[in-house]
Amino acid sequence: MDKKISVKVCLGTTCFVMGSSNLQELIETVPAKYGDRVEVSGVPCLGLCSIDWEFSKAPYVKVDDEVIKEATVEKVLKAIDEKLNK
Amino acid sequence: MAMNTSTPKQTSHLKREILVRLIKAYLSDDFAENTRLIPYDMRPKGSEVPYRCCIHSERAILRDRAIAGLGFSIEETEDSTLLSELANKAEKRDVPEQQPLTVLTTACKGCVPSRVYVTDLCQGCVARPCVNTCKFGAISIQNGKSVIDPAKCKNCGMCVQVCPYQAIQKIIVPCESACPVGAIAKDENGHAKIDFEKCISCGKCASACPFGAVHEKSQIIDVLKNIKAGKKVIAMIAPAMIGQLPCTAQQLKEAIMKLGFADVYEVAQGADITTKNEAEEFEERLMKGAEFMTTSCCAGYNELVDRHIPEMKPFRSDTKTPMYYTAEIVKKEHPDAVTVFFSPCVAKKREALNNPNTDYVLNYEEVGAWFIALGIQVTECEGKEFKTESSAEGRNFCVTGGVAKAVQTLLPEDLPTHPVVIDGLTKQSVRDLKKYAKNGVCDLGNLIEIMACTGGCLGGNSTVNAMKPALKQVTSYVNSSKSIKEQVSGTEQVKQ
Ligand code: FES
Repeated sequence: MDKKISVKVCLGTTCFVMGSSNLQELIETVPAKYGDRVEVSGVPCLGLCSIDWEFSKAPYVKVDDEVIKEATVEKVLKAIDEKLNK
Repeated sequence: MAMNTSTPKQTSHLKREILVRLIKAYLSDDFAENTRLIPYDMRPKGSEVPYRCCIHSERAILRDRAIAGLGFSIEETEDSTLLSELANKAEKRDVPEQQPLTVLTTACKGCVPSRVYVTDLCQGCVARPCVNTCKFGAISIQNGKSVIDPAKCKNCGMCVQVCPYQAIQKIIVPCESACPVGAIAKDENGHAKIDFEKCISCGKCASACPFGAVHEKSQIIDVLKNIKAGKKVIAMIAPAMIGQLPCTAQQLKEAIMKLGFADVYEVAQGADITTKNEAEEFEERLMKGAEFMTTSCCAGYNELVDRHIPEMKPFRSDTKTPMYYTAEIVKKEHPDAVTVFFSPCVAKKREALNNPNTDYVLNYEEVGAWFIALGIQVTECEGKEFKTESSAEGRNFCVTGGVAKAVQTLLPEDLPTHPVVIDGLTKQSVRDLKKYAKNGVCDLGNLIEIMACTGGCLGGNSTVNAMKPALKQVTSYVNSSKSIKEQVSGTEQVKQ
C-alpha cells in the first residue's frame, strides 16, 4: 500500500491571524474527500513565521515535505491531488 | 461553493500585514522612516505585481492602506503627504478621529456601478414581458433582442424578475447592497463614498468589499504610545474575543499582558450588569403595559435608532451596554488607567467616542497583528486567571440570541416573555423595525434582541476566526461557567 500523505495546517498565532483560521475546515473536508489516503491535522507554530519578515507569507501548510506559503484551501487541495497522482 | 466564502480574503491578508509592519515600525528606532518604507518593503524593486497595473500603483494603494492603519482618513489626506509625516502626526495625536471608517477609492476601480443589463441569453421572445413591465419605458427591441436605455433605466430590477429565460441580470455593488441604510454609494466617478450622516458604522461594507476598499481607522499607534509612555493600560475584552484564537481564555489574558497591558477584564462582567438591569427594566415595562422592548447592547443598532428610527427610542431599553459598565468598573478601580476595549466590530469605535471611560478601541485584527509583530504564540502562554468570574450568560452575549436568553434567565417564569432575535441588519430588517416602531407593536414577540451582524458579535467585521470554530470555542467556555442565577442568588444571600 502507498504511503499516506500528511497535511499539517499551522494553527500557530501568526498563521491563524494571517488566515489559517479559514483553513480549519480542511481538517474536516480532507478526510471526507480522500479517506485514509491523507492524514490531516492542525499543528502549533511550524517555526516558519519567525524568520526575518516571513510572517507575511503566512499561513503555512505542510503537505509532506512541501511548504505551502500563503496557503488557501484551493492551494492545499491542489498539492494533495498532485501528490496522489504522481 | 462554500469554500470560496471561507477562503482567506487576500484583502484582509494585506490589511493585517500592513498593521504588523506599522507596529514593528513603531517599535523600531525610526518609526517615521520605517513607516515611509512600508510600501517599498512590501513591493521592492523588481518584485512581482500581483494585483494592479504596475508597481507604482500597487505602492500607492499600500500607502493609502497604511494611512488608515495610522488612524487617518484616506479621503482627506493629500497625495503629497508622506507616510513619515503622518506617522509623526499619529504619534502626537491625543484623540482618535470621529468617523471610524475611510474608503480607499482607488481600489474601487475594478468594480462597475450597479446596473441592469441584458445578456446573450435573450431569446427575443414574442411575449416581451420585460418591455411590458418596465415602468420607465427603458426597454425596446432592437434587432430582435431587448435593449436597455441606460438614460431611462432606474435599476429597479423588475425586468430581471419577469424574464422567462433569466436573460436579464443585475450587477450589484457589494458595498451598496450590504449597507442596511443606504449610506454608501458610488459617485459619478465610480468611487464609493460614505455619507457619514447616514452611516451607522456597522462595518458591513468593509466585510463585503472584495477589493478591501473600506478600512477602519486604526487606533493601534495611540495604544502603543500609551504603553510606551509607561501608562497603566487596561484591556477590556468583549465576549467574542474568547472565540478568536485557538487557546484558553486564561492563555489569551497572559498573551495580552505580554503586549504590555497592566490587566485584562472580561466585558462579560459588564454584560452581567446589563442582564440584571435589562431584566428588571423589561419586567417593569411589561407591568406598565408596554407592547415590546428591544435590547440596547449592539452599537450598530443603537446608531441605527439614533440616526434613522427615532420613533424606536421609547421601545429601546435604557440599560447601558456591557462596554459601559465594564469601563465604569475599571475606571473606578483604577482611576489612573487608560482603557482599551477589544472589539469584534467597528461600531464600538463610535460608541467609545461618546463614552468618557473608554479611551481606545482595538479590533481583533489589530490585536492579532500585534501578537504577530511581537512573535507571541498564545498557546505557549501558561495562563492567568481573571479576577472576577463572569457568568455563562454574560460570556454568551456575543452569540446571536444570547442577550435575550440571558435576560430571560432572570425573568419570573410567569411573566409572558416572548423573545425574538433579529440576526443581522439588512435593508429588510430595517424596514421591519421601522414598522414595529411606527405601529407600536411587534407581532413576533415582546423581547426583541437586535444584532447588527449575522451570528451576533462573532460575525463582526473585524473578527479573525471563522464563525463555526469561534462559536464552538465560546460555547465550551460558556458551558464551563456558572449561571448568572447563582450570582444573583449569591448576592441576595449576602444582602440578607
Ligand atoms: S505560526 Fe505558523 S509558522 Fe509560526
